[in-house]
Amino acid sequence: MRAPVLIIARKELNGLFDSLTAYILIIAFLGFSGFFTWISGSDIFLRKEADLAVFFGVSQWTLFFFIPAITMKMIAEENKSGTIELLLTKAITPRQVIIGKFLACLSLIAITLAFTASYCITVSQLGNMDHGATLSGYLGLLLLSGAYISIGLLASSLTNNQIIAFLLALLMGVFFHFLFDMMAYSSRGAIAGLLSSLSASRHFDSLSRGVIDSKDLLFFISLMVAGLYLAELFLAKRAK
Amino acid sequence: MDVRIENLTKRYGAQLAVDRISFEIRSGEIVGFLGPNGAGKTTTMKMLTQYLPPDDGRIWYGRTSYADTGIRRRIGYLPEHNPLYEDMPVIDYLGFMAALQGVAASEIPDRIREMVRLCGLDVEKHKKIGELSKGYRQRVGLAQAIIHNPDILILDEPTTGLDPNQIVEIRELIRKLGKEKTVILSTHILPEVEATCDRILIINKGRIVADGSVAELRAQSEGKQWLQLRIERDPAKDVIAILSSLPSVEAVRWLNGPDGPIELQSKPGMSSNRDVFHTCVDHGLVLLEMIPGETKLEDIFRDLTLN
Repeated sequence: MRAPVLIIARKELNGLFDSLTAYILIIAFLGFSGFFTWISGSDIFLRKEADLAVFFGVSQWTLFFFIPAITMKMIAEENKSGTIELLLTKAITPRQVIIGKFLACLSLIAITLAFTASYCITVSQLGNMDHGATLSGYLGLLLLSGAYISIGLLASSLTNNQIIAFLLALLMGVFFHFLFDMMAYSSRGAIAGLLSSLSASRHFDSLSRGVIDSKDLLFFISLMVAGLYLAELFLAKRAK
Repeated sequence: MDVRIENLTKRYGAQLAVDRISFEIRSGEIVGFLGPNGAGKTTTMKMLTQYLPPDDGRIWYGRTSYADTGIRRRIGYLPEHNPLYEDMPVIDYLGFMAALQGVAASEIPDRIREMVRLCGLDVEKHKKIGELSKGYRQRVGLAQAIIHNPDILILDEPTTGLDPNQIVEIRELIRKLGKEKTVILSTHILPEVEATCDRILIINKGRIVADGSVAELRAQSEGKQWLQLRIERDPAKDVIAILSSLPSVEAVRWLNGPDGPIELQSKPGMSSNRDVFHTCVDHGLVLLEMIPGETKLEDIFRDLTLN
């Protein structure tokens, strides 16, 4: 007998590929990140450095918009169609449902990012590449995605409406993505410190430069745990 | 596996949805859950499947009590409105549900084949659920409920939306399953209960108002006898007045105006057949028809749930 979490994760991942969502996401992500990394504006050739900093900067924004689009239906749809009743009358807990869905979304992002391995190979041919920084940048992207997926699942657990779930996830994401950062600039003292420590982009920036600090890891992991825990609470509560 | 419920209670805010109900269902019994909309049928079923926690009272599955979630693997459940994953193909969906119910991976293909055969899904098995007609969706819902061969089967309105042929098929399937399982089904369709169930529980305003087989409920229903009479029309005589003056008669009325038949209800425990016959002879009325009526389940239902 397989673990319930994996059964859910597999079903959701299959669902993402069956519904074409996954393919559209992969193509759109590679299109956007490829265009801004290689072709447009301040692209990789103008930097005169063999690294993927431009790609990490672009991906950070692409994922910020794309992740809510994946997570929006995850729980809202189950609540709306009533299938949540099917799930929760099986020998499976709300926590296992949430974690299974989380793993499915994160796997999709990991698959998408795996396609950009070609960027690494190309850049490493162009000059002397810092492989440590590249790996740490990818780790940062995965952690950032994990945090936004958990926010997205939380948003999805709050409503039956997918559009509202999408917008709610963006609204919550905006704070971590740049509002806390901007607010930190315009305040001072302890508040500024607190706000900047809540900014996901700052934590991501240091990871994408190749600095793996336990503070950054802790930040992303706490954000994931908090988001998933709240999503679990709301899922269990709505089921009553 | 027997199911026993003791003083089960559920409140939604101030509203008492289920009010201290108790009953027991033995293995191999098919119990029909009847009641008007909002009587508490679905709420009771949701508590039986552990979807809703009861506010008070206990549920026993065999010797296991409510708190054990492992028991869910031995319960099959078809929820009201039959929710399904519309974008999943039938086979994938059944496989997913079987895996969730703890069916071993090696047995899943066999179980799916068995369900496809049992529920008549063969022609539609490769379609997505969203493309199926209502009857087939209902079969998929039923297949999902029995794929893990549960001991307890809880079906909330299993035949809604089916055509008469499908209803007969599903009823036969339920009867077959009911021989070895504990089956609880709810429905609005009264003939369905008579056709499928060994026992009926009528629930009204959160309380059980009747419990027994159809025959028992009929006997309980105050033991009143009904007669349907047809008497040749005689404008000189007031038939209704003559019949109502009989000591054994409780009520008399025209069914469809003065040309139609007459419905006559005897007083509890009394029979008025002989009185009616002799009175007609005495008054020179020509008795054309005298049919003993049977209390219908509809009458019992109305009687118990309207007050």
